[in-house]
Amino acid sequence: MSILVVMEQRGGVWNRMSFETLAGAQQLAGELNTTASAAVLGQGNEALAAELAGKQLEKLYLVEHELLKEYTPDAYTAVLGQLLAQVNPEYVLLPHTYQVRDFLPKLATALGTVAVSDVVAHRVEAGAVVLVRQLFQGKVNSDVRFTGAAPHFASLQAGAYRADRVLEGSLLVEKFTPAIAAGDVRTRPLERFRESARAVDLSAADLIVAVGRGIKDADNIALIQELANVMGAELAASRPICDAGWLPMERQVGSSGQTVGPKLYMAVGISGAIQHLVGMKGSRIIVAINKDPNAPIFEVADYGIVGDLFQVVPELIEAFKKAK
Amino acid sequence: MKILVAIKQVPARDSQLKIAPSGRWIAEDDLTYEINEPDAYALEAALQLKEKHGGEVVALCLGPARAAQTIREALAKGADRGIHIEAEDPGVYDPLAAARLMAAALRAEAPDLVLTGLQSDDLGYGQTGPILAELLGLPHATLIMEVEKLEGGIRVKRELEDGWFQHVEMPLPALLAIQSGISKLRYATLMGIKRAKTKEVRRLTPAELGGGEGAASIRLDRVYLPQRAKHTQLFEGSPKEAAAQLVEKLKFEARVI
Ligand SMILES: Cc1cc2nc3c(=O)[nH]c(=O)nc-3n(C[C@H](O)[C@H](O)[C@H](O)COP(=O)(O)OP(=O)(O)OC[C@H]3O[C@@H](n4cnc5c(N)ncnc54)[C@H](O)[C@@H]3O)c2cc1C
Ligand SMILES: Nc1ncnc2c1ncn2[C@@H]1O[C@H](COP(=O)(O)O)[C@@H](O)[C@H]1O
Repeated sequence: MSILVVMEQRGGVWNRMSFETLAGAQQLAGELNTTASAAVLGQGNEALAAELAGKQLEKLYLVEHELLKEYTPDAYTAVLGQLLAQVNPEYVLLPHTYQVRDFLPKLATALGTVAVSDVVAHRVEAGAVVLVRQLFQGKVNSDVRFTGAAPHFASLQAGAYRADRVLEGSLLVEKFTPAIAAGDVRTRPLERFRESARAVDLSAADLIVAVGRGIKDADNIALIQELANVMGAELAASRPICDAGWLPMERQVGSSGQTVGPKLYMAVGISGAIQHLVGMKGSRIIVAINKDPNAPIFEVADYGIVGDLFQVVPELIEAFKKAK
Repeated sequence: MKILVAIKQVPARDSQLKIAPSGRWIAEDDLTYEINEPDAYALEAALQLKEKHGGEVVALCLGPARAAQTIREALAKGADRGIHIEAEDPGVYDPLAAARLMAAALRAEAPDLVLTGLQSDDLGYGQTGPILAELLGLPHATLIMEVEKLEGGIRVKRELEDGWFQHVEMPLPALLAIQSGISKLRYATLMGIKRAKTKEVRRLTPAELGGGEGAASIRLDRVYLPQRAKHTQLFEGSPKEAAAQLVEKLKFEARVI
């Protein structure tokens, strides 16, 4: 039995979530009394391998091929299939990145199994691994077990494990050269790009008032704008607000928007889905105003008011005016 | 272009969720249901492609009898026909087993393009699209924000982290998992609602599709409400009192304003 971590890099730069997964794998290895190894796919990643030299791992598989330079689901699936056939791990852990979301279900299916995606915690019960994952956008948790044959795949949610807990030690680097041809890759990735430059830099804001779908209607945004104005805060939003065009994309906070860390983040009518939380949970003080006492946003909030925002916000505007 | 869109019926977004006595799923008694959010965008993308390039849009749904309503809504918006794989308790399937049923129905249709949503609001696996692609032997891409038809293939815009995007080209047939927000959603017109009543919905049973083949490889043991790790200080009383207390706290204790 052993554990394999598939680390993620792009253009020779680590995706930092890989180290959270590494920490999770080392922890699980300790609990199961086994060892963890890691793999990194790409080309010309010797420097990255060197960076891992001081980590406690059995082996690092340096998987190198021309066709791994740019990510494609076909190449990653084929190559990892070959690597897994050689290494034969019991558990395969990956960071729940956009890239992993793209190929992991395909890889697991190719091997006749199902990955447990977006895991937030685990425990070991009588030698069996129980994984915790969220349902209903974080409102409900579930315990999941593997019932099929190994390898057992799991992807770990951002922030679920702490990268600063990675154990130091040593490892052996082993090169792995997959057999794959250009004809095996059916999709053609083109240049990466960003849309027009951001006019607002929310990451520099001290105070942010963010609005979510609880606002119900585009016309009601004005109410939250007024609150932001009296506070001297920047206005931000959850994704559905920007999707609907009620505020520009550049005001979106979250995994596909901006990452912010103001002194004060006030979330109004935002449920607190993980993709939103990753963009704002580093804020110093978090305030949540939500009519649902079970909304996941209260998981990270320091202060909160459970109530109807249409009653609470006008009172807040008055209270801030008075406090000036 | 023949486009199949996988749409799932899920509990309405603002539902107050309670755990069922069995502890294995939520209590469904008082829930209302709606189309899974990204699936509404997948349907919209399909309808727009049809408007531009012609062809047919077929809505595919695996769910209990109540899911027929969600298929009707898709037909009212403009889908040409529906396929309902009727299973009273889809909860017994893991995503691979569920995808095997959908793949069996899809194979018989031989579509040029299969669209799914990126992720379901209830189970949230984010896996069914790529699983289907692998079962059907199709190239795929996920997190799709734009679809453009080319000569002999398509070009899509993928969302990446931190505001980055990437174009990807691939041949048809292919599968795409659509991200929310790809374009504005249309409403059903009165005419559309009327027409939907005459459109074909084919009902299939898991048994007809060779259901149950292969054992499940993951098992959902238990569902429960999460324990709140952090203790939020809540301000109670009237909205006015609560607002005043909050502002005082922010000003004098947290000193952030
Ligand atoms: C790959 C991926 C990337 C994503 N990226 C992002 C991202 O960058 N940013 C982001 O925000 N989301 C992102 N999302 C979407 C995310 O999963 C959630 O769907 C989204 O954050 C929900 O937004 P919301 O909280 O505004 O809406 P909802 O989840 O609908 O929540 C609305 C909240 O308002 C409350 N409410 C309703 N009425 C009232 C009232 N009158 N008074 C008070 N409260 C009320 C409700 O109780 C509820 O909690 C992403 C999703 C995926 C799959
Ligand atoms: N029971 C179902 N019926 C139809 N489509 C489904 C079903 N389950 C999942 N899907 C599709 O697969 C996508 C991803 O679902 P999931 O893998 O559960 O997150 C959804 O957005 C749907 O498009």
